Amino acid sequence: MRLRYPLTLTALALSLAAGLVIGDDDEHERDRQRGHSTMFRQADFSPAQDPTYRSECGGCHFAYPPGLLPARSWEALLDGLGDHFGDNAELSDAVTAQLRGYLTTQAADSAEASGRAPAVAASIPASETPLRFTATRYFQRKHHEIDPRTVHDNPQVGSLSACAACHTQADAGSFDEHQVRIPGMGRWED
Amino acid sequence: MRTLLLALLLLPNLTHASELQGLLDSYRANAGEAFSAERGATLWQSTWPGAEGTRQCADCHGADLRRSGRHAKTGKTIEPLAPSANPQRLTQRSEMEKWLLRNCKWTLGRPCSDQEKGDLLTYLSTQ
Ligand code: HEC
Ligand code: HEC
Ligand code: HEC
Repeated sequence: MRLRYPLTLTALALSLAAGLVIGDDDEHERDRQRGHSTMFRQADFSPAQDPTYRSECGGCHFAYPPGLLPARSWEALLDGLGDHFGDNAELSDAVTAQLRGYLTTQAADSAEASGRAPAVAASIPASETPLRFTATRYFQRKHHEIDPRTVHDNPQVGSLSACAACHTQADAGSFDEHQVRIPGMGRWED
Repeated sequence: MRTLLLALLLLPNLTHASELQGLLDSYRANAGEAFSAERGATLWQSTWPGAEGTRQCADCHGADLRRSGRHAKTGKTIEPLAPSANPQRLTQRSEMEKWLLRNCKWTLGRPCSDQEKGDLLTYLSTQ
């Protein structure tokens, strides 16, 4: 009896906190809360956890979360690995097929999509198959305030595709603007 | 008992060493000369013409193999290539084959010959 009471309280507090984050639909309000309750909130994009994907697609760059692009984009990327943005990223047919399964079932327009992924999918016209998340209007709308010189002329960033150079929690799937540190510029204030 | 324990502890290293050895053996069939760390080092330091000027292995792996490098195009940190600093290196045949194919194509503009790959791996394994 002495144990049960505090437990119930904790459970109550936990479900309240979870309810606050999940139950809130207003984007601005949700953004405001993101900065304070990172412990309870859902990731912006579920981080890439598949070990094959992480080792095959995370060697040259950050292992992009599957929720950044719709299934048709991942298919197109996997079909063109021989010329992948000027690099050769070819894989065996067996590994490519395995990655195809993983990426298409976790894509922005899949049933598994969570966090910001469904909004990303909705923002891409059905007639378009972007090969880059950085080429989508969703990305560009979030990054238009960044001075290009702090990216391309900054040896520690180099390109907007280097998500983890600025988003300190990118590997956990968190892209909260309060956790952005542009190398050499410090904390982002807007 | 103690020798058995020691042998068990060393086993992973032995299987790793044999993956590198197995790969070198397969290259040896097409190589004219015994592999040389010295020739590998020369290749490692050579430069070839590329889109942005010249290219070399150190563009991504850095000048000091015991320290992390930065990918020339994406900026991603690449863990040290020297096995003395990073015991995971040169332990998996599929990794070595895959990256030697890609990195030779990018750096030299062509695949490396088996002789060159053997020399490069022999050099890297001494680092
Ligand atoms: C050999 C190196 C290499 C490998 C391996 C590799 N990539 Fe890339 N990738 C690149 C380069 C280079 C770029 C362009 C980066 C830039 O513009 O800064 C890129 C860009 C991308 C982009 C676009 C990022 C953006 O939004 O701008 C995606 C998506 C991507 N890669 C997915 C993959 C997937 C999926 C795999 C695994 C099948 C993979 N990559 C493996 C080198 C690689
Ligand atoms: C040069 C640094 C930089 C890079 C590289 C970068 N971002 Fe950002 N990102 C920012 C900044 C700064 C903001 C906040 C912009 C604002 O509030 O106006 C931001 C905002 C975002 C947001 C919205 C966050 C929020 O709280 O509203 C998302 C999602 C995002 N970035 C994802 C990405 C992804 C995915 C990549 C890689 C493909 C990436 N970013 C690359 C700096 C960067
Ligand atoms: C354009 C960038 C780039 C260049 C140039 C480059 N590499 Fe690599 N290399 C990589 C990346 C990325 C990896 C895999 C990332 C990782 O394992 O951390 C890698 C991995 C390797 C591996 C695999 C080691 C292991 O067992 O894990 C070897 C061997 C290697 N490189 C040799 C070379 C040689 C030899 C050259 C020059 C001919 C070279 N690299 C040039 C990017 C590069």
